[in-house]
Amino acid sequence: MPEEANPGGATEPQKPEETSAQSGGGEPSPPPNEAAPTAPAPSPTPPIEAPAPAAKAPAPAAAKAAVAAAAKPAAPAAPKAPAVMQTTPWEGELVEDLKEEFGERIKEYCTYAGQNFLVSEPGAVIPIIEYLKLEQNFDYLVDITAVDYPAKPERFELIWVLYSFERNQRIRIKTRVKDGEKAVSCVRVHLTADWLEREVYDMFGVEFEGHPNMTRILLPEGWCGFPLRKDKSITDMDNRWVRENVGIESGQ
Amino acid sequence: MAETFLDSTELVLNMGPQHPSTHGVLRVIVKLDGEKVTGTECVIGYLHRGVEKIAENRTYAMFAPYVDRMDYVAAVSNGLGYCLAVERLISCEVPERAQAVRVILTELNRIASHLVWLGTHALDIGALTPLFYCLREREDILNIFEKYCGARLTTHAFRIGGLQYETYEGFEQECLEFCDRLAPRVDEYEELLTENRIWKERLIDVGILNAEDCKAYGVTGPMLRSAGVKWDLRKAQPYSGYEKYDFEIPTRTNGDCYDRYIVRVQEMRQSARIVRQGVGMLAAGPIMGKVAKVLKPPMGEAYVSIEAPKGELGYYIVSDASTQPYRVRVRPPSFINLQSVDKMARGSLVADLIAVIGTIDIVLGEVDR
Repeated sequence: MPEEANPGGATEPQKPEETSAQSGGGEPSPPPNEAAPTAPAPSPTPPIEAPAPAAKAPAPAAAKAAVAAAAKPAAPAAPKAPAVMQTTPWEGELVEDLKEEFGERIKEYCTYAGQNFLVSEPGAVIPIIEYLKLEQNFDYLVDITAVDYPAKPERFELIWVLYSFERNQRIRIKTRVKDGEKAVSCVRVHLTADWLEREVYDMFGVEFEGHPNMTRILLPEGWCGFPLRKDKSITDMDNRWVRENVGIESGQ
Repeated sequence: MAETFLDSTELVLNMGPQHPSTHGVLRVIVKLDGEKVTGTECVIGYLHRGVEKIAENRTYAMFAPYVDRMDYVAAVSNGLGYCLAVERLISCEVPERAQAVRVILTELNRIASHLVWLGTHALDIGALTPLFYCLREREDILNIFEKYCGARLTTHAFRIGGLQYETYEGFEQECLEFCDRLAPRVDEYEELLTENRIWKERLIDVGILNAEDCKAYGVTGPMLRSAGVKWDLRKAQPYSGYEKYDFEIPTRTNGDCYDRYIVRVQEMRQSARIVRQGVGMLAAGPIMGKVAKVLKPPMGEAYVSIEAPKGELGYYIVSDASTQPYRVRVRPPSFINLQSVDKMARGSLVADLIAVIGTIDIVLGEVDR
């Protein structure tokens, strides 16, 4: 499969280019800016393809201009091109209750795209989930997942999605942990966390303290590495496993 | 201590991954005391393809066909969930005509999914005939899909922002005719099964999961409704215009295998009802919303979920303002519902374990992703 040739790490280096093209590229922007509305037709093709070949194709001198022009048609879709998520503060009765109960331990209350979430310190997550379940009727743990940001010191963002049948309301709890730092398991609060936490461990290598069976769930036991981390190539993981366990060279 | 051969000690039995009644490559390690199940452990991942990783190396539009390969029995629902999640990120409005077509196809797919479930589950229990009946009706649905988008199973029927294809000539008529045909045929299945003594003995009071346990295990969909919780995302948090449709949420109270059967059969009838209304709502109009050619959602994230045939199917997408999603998380109903199998099967007989696995309605493509 071709995507393995462009492993997870490939999305990361893209980011600086992305931001510099929009914020740092202030000098070359005026001419393409005028060109963009008049001649949008030829430009859409390059960015649809993988970014690397698109940049290679033109002559080196023209490359920068071509990339800048190619990046332009996307600009009208996000004219501000903000580097951070444009959240608005989340307010309400529930927020007041949480503030009273947890105070400084919850750092932010945000709304984005009509969805509410809070950011807490890692140690407070399980008490919050427990409080929400027992006092606020958030009795259904929808999902637990993680996102890897290798450039940040606390690289893993963990996300819990909660729902309340009575309120018909969904919220997310987020926290950040360092590589090697353990999160706390919430299996004793919500049984469904069992497999969900195992999957996070399987894919990201974040362990949950207090989990009854912190083992891999989808990948084989002898697998090395955590595929959803951004910095490791999954091709290597796959080749290695196939060589060791099947005794042939992987076709990837 | 064991004195005779029959009075033996505990036995560990390995069921699957190649086993007809595990509905794919599910492996269950069963601990048995005679015929009684004293514990189970599911071994999954045989079908793991790293869908979430693939998403990170695809543009938003390019990833859309992949989601069909998760729950391949209900590919249309998968596609709808994904499109809705991306549309939320780019704040895109889908035209009404596209929404109505989406609802029609999704509900047809729900019927198809339930038909596959009913046929295979009945086969597990020992009733061979319903399988042929169910697949006959499913064929009609797949024909509609094929005429609409060229594919029968992994349809990729929707696009981010609306639809790629206009409906074909006679689409409305065929949908209505199918609904007309379906009702008497569902009666036929029920004639074969609902009051069938063997069917009832095999399913009633087997694999009970009450409302409290359902919530504790995060179990959703028909399983939750069969335990008496009247909760359906189409009603609770309507999407794609479901608030305009008039339909009921079938529920039962016991939460056993038989109730799950009844709930799914009634859901098929309700889905046919929705399809009829959907055809009535098909007014002329555009089928594609405003979507940029190069899709770059602003920095942000969204969790969007729909009522798939198996339960709550959610997509959590994180955008870093580039053309490819930074992270796509799929919340698969099959995976989470399957977790409750130990709770349901413990203390029952081996044969009941088969019934329990059957009524969870898992698709291993979705469990393993």
